[in-house]
Amino acid sequence: MKMMVNLKINNIDVTVPENTTILDAAKAYNISIPTLCYYPDLRINSDCRICSVEIVGKKGLSTSCSTIVQEGMQVKTHTPRVINARKTITELLLANHDADCTACAKNMNCELQKLANVLGIDENRFERVLEVRPIDDHNPSLLRNPNRCIKCGRCIDVCRNIQGVNVLEPLNRGHEIIISPPFGKYLTDEFCTFCGQCSSVCPVGAIIEKDETAAVWNVLHDPQKHVIVQVAPAIRVSLGEELGQKAGTIVTGKLVSALKLLGFTKVFDTDFTADLTIIEEGNELIKRITTGGVLPMITSCCPGWINFAETYYPEILDHLSSCKSPQQMFGALAKTYYAQKENIDPATIFVVSIMPCTAKKYEAKRPEMGSTENNLDVDVVLTTREIGKMLRQMGVEFENLPETEFDEPFGKTTGAAAIFGTTGGVMEAALRTVYEIVNKKPLESLDFMEVRGMEGIKEASVNLGGKIVKVAVAHTLANAKKIAEQIKNNESPYAFIEVMCCPGGCIGGGGQSYGTTSKTRKDRLASLYTVDAAMPLRKSHENPDINKLYADFLGSPLAKLSHELLHTKYKAKHRHQ
Amino acid sequence: MIEKKIISKRFDKIDPYSIADYIATGGYKSLAKAMAGQRINILSEVEKSRLRGRGGAGFPVAIKMMALAKEAALVKYIVCNADEGEPGNFKDRAIMEKDPHSILEGMIITAYATRATKGYIYIRCEYDKPIEIMRHAVEEARKNHFLGQKIDKIDFDFDIEIRLGAGSYVCGEEFALLESIEGKTGRTRVKPPFPTSVGLFGKPTEINNVETFANIPVIIGMGGDEFAKIGTKSSTGTKLLSLSGNVNNKGVYEIPFGVPIKTVIDELGGGVPDSRALKMVQLGGACGPIIPRYLLDMIIDFDRFDEFESKTGSGAIIVMDDRCDIFDILLRNVTFFKHESCGKCAPCREGHNQLERLLRKFVDRKATITDLISIESLARVMHQTSLCGLGQTSPTSIISTLRYFRDDYIDRLESLEV
Repeated sequence: MKMMVNLKINNIDVTVPENTTILDAAKAYNISIPTLCYYPDLRINSDCRICSVEIVGKKGLSTSCSTIVQEGMQVKTHTPRVINARKTITELLLANHDADCTACAKNMNCELQKLANVLGIDENRFERVLEVRPIDDHNPSLLRNPNRCIKCGRCIDVCRNIQGVNVLEPLNRGHEIIISPPFGKYLTDEFCTFCGQCSSVCPVGAIIEKDETAAVWNVLHDPQKHVIVQVAPAIRVSLGEELGQKAGTIVTGKLVSALKLLGFTKVFDTDFTADLTIIEEGNELIKRITTGGVLPMITSCCPGWINFAETYYPEILDHLSSCKSPQQMFGALAKTYYAQKENIDPATIFVVSIMPCTAKKYEAKRPEMGSTENNLDVDVVLTTREIGKMLRQMGVEFENLPETEFDEPFGKTTGAAAIFGTTGGVMEAALRTVYEIVNKKPLESLDFMEVRGMEGIKEASVNLGGKIVKVAVAHTLANAKKIAEQIKNNESPYAFIEVMCCPGGCIGGGGQSYGTTSKTRKDRLASLYTVDAAMPLRKSHENPDINKLYADFLGSPLAKLSHELLHTKYKAKHRHQ
Repeated sequence: MIEKKIISKRFDKIDPYSIADYIATGGYKSLAKAMAGQRINILSEVEKSRLRGRGGAGFPVAIKMMALAKEAALVKYIVCNADEGEPGNFKDRAIMEKDPHSILEGMIITAYATRATKGYIYIRCEYDKPIEIMRHAVEEARKNHFLGQKIDKIDFDFDIEIRLGAGSYVCGEEFALLESIEGKTGRTRVKPPFPTSVGLFGKPTEINNVETFANIPVIIGMGGDEFAKIGTKSSTGTKLLSLSGNVNNKGVYEIPFGVPIKTVIDELGGGVPDSRALKMVQLGGACGPIIPRYLLDMIIDFDRFDEFESKTGSGAIIVMDDRCDIFDILLRNVTFFKHESCGKCAPCREGHNQLERLLRKFVDRKATITDLISIESLARVMHQTSLCGLGQTSPTSIISTLRYFRDDYIDRLESLEV
């Protein structure tokens, strides 16, 4: 049992478990101490000093995020001295910040702006000292604006410690510090994976996704274009939150209505090509197992993971499934199958994806992702935040919208596809199908509980044709690294591995709403399993439209056309050449 | 005689390159004495001596030592902070150049008492001669089995490695120093945990200043109680002073605590040259307070220095005569700290830049009353909220001059209108 500690905060008696920080103790008693560099789930670095409080008997101020409560401690959270310190530090930060708020993507979403407002800052005593530095926009996913950076260190922590990628660091020292890839290079030079976790934790507008909403607005009003949209599995449990609803609210039907209102001709479901991925990838796995192919096989739907593997583990690329991601399978089918079926010139089809992800922007721009001549399969990728922005611009009253079904022929989907949006989901979906194909009998229970949940690396064993096969699921690149190291050293005990780059999988994607924490990720995860459980079909191989697609167009899984349209190759990227 | 030579007793009397000279003058006797007795006795002698850290902050050494001794880890470190970079300080250099083995002996005794397994001496890279002498001393100590395996034929292994700084001032701050030894950029860490629980390479670590370690053999030699009779109630023993600026005899002097600053300047320093008037004195270095003439009766004592809330206790005394302009001095200090701030915490990173701009207005006689209020508020906020000693103490010269030389600030205002 935890020992309890008694203290006083602002003369109120407070009792909290030992090892609680002053910040959390105050919160438990409804006192909100302002913070800036603090972020739940990340390391405490107490660099901003905004959460400073007075402890009776101590000369200086103490940061409440890093100070543990002590028996008999007397804390004052809002004395004039404390308030003045917070204001002074905020003014210092604003004096060295590109504070042209209305010209910033984070306007109204900016933690520095909110802080200045809460502290009542209406003028700045300090001279503006910003030295304007160049913006890094040399990649398709992320934009780094050092002029807005307040050096809180969150991006460094998430990149280094959660993702294990470590492309950002503080350069120089003192007031000349900038947070940047080493030696002031661009993100592309250092092989950022474009997972975008940095953009999701940045308190200001210093790292944001590349905004492509303007391109979509333009094309929606271009009569020459046939504009269609696909929606990733995770969006149905996260867009509601972006538009002000509770975390995890399921908004599938409203989402379709909203996209129709925006002017998309057809609203399709990426879940459909998730089902298709399972058929292709499942058959690939069976083929590898039965023909002595390279094992373990690793999933390939996550573009952050693909970038990571190509850069940091080129020696294991043979282990990656050759399947394209559901987004790219959709794009390829949209410009071939759908174009033929509807008799539309593929050059006029414009495919927009709504993804919880910034790396998907990079994936869509890969030159090999074009199934028709001079034409990429997916034209624009919008993150959860960008589509939220468009719906606000449109003035859509989201909560009052009716529910609409996705359009045919990419609208009928299964529960297996829905859970692609969470860690363990692709694995579970694959097992439901592979088990039934190999063992030629129906599963007793469709729920593979061992692969569910937020554990960093999960393991399970499945009986496939009398053979016990070990599988694993990893999320975050730091965990993916462990899996990759095992394979590199020929020590991997698994036959099949699912890797998702972001914490929790796509529900925690780098393109999801600001303020995502482990708590909101759990809410979204629970909702995806709710969606799955409520679906009439829960196995990809039972999706009748998938079977129709093979019968009418593709032939069979892994056959020539499938191979051309749905599979890809990976290339080693060399660092520091 | 004001001087009392305990730490400096061998200065200029022995060859620093000769371990034989050190041994012939009683060196390594304290180590033998310490190792002949119980480890706990060493701790208790240091506790009785009431020795306080000589780097500036004056933290009781026995507390750190006991904290380290209590740690059960198999690997524990002792680190000697020889990154003497504070402007106006050069007394550690004197010890390293003139009696290097006294530092090693202090470290070995500390290691023995706390069961530490390895020692590091972190020397600023500009100190060419001290580096050479310390390296030589470590070699000789190894050859003579004071360092290495099975020291004094008992089951005690301890060795010392010398590491050099790379020119950053903040690496004198204990956590930045540890980061630097680990091969990382010199930036401080969040405390707690303190180094004695999570220090170098994540292991329990005791960090002391050069002079602090040099005091350990003295304490073991004469006994803690005897040591505590020297000096004052709150500050026992002697202090090496770095006396510089406008005095006739600049140099390193050792005095017992309790001597007035004025006596040091007049009698040891030989007063201000060219019959100029003394205007002010900066204590401790660039991060210390600047005090006026009328406060010079103040004795050298940690508790007296505490009222300046700064690291005044390193023993630097910088004398400035009536030709010195306060704002030139302040601006030079702040520009130095602006350059040396690691940039980790917001008040230090952004604050120095603004302090410099505000001070420049006073230098240019363009300041307003608002600037006066801003500089005072900013200096206090930096002092109260900065993460490490650098930002906490760098505004001291401004805070102290606002207190003792406020009229000088008022004189520099462009007008008295708000």
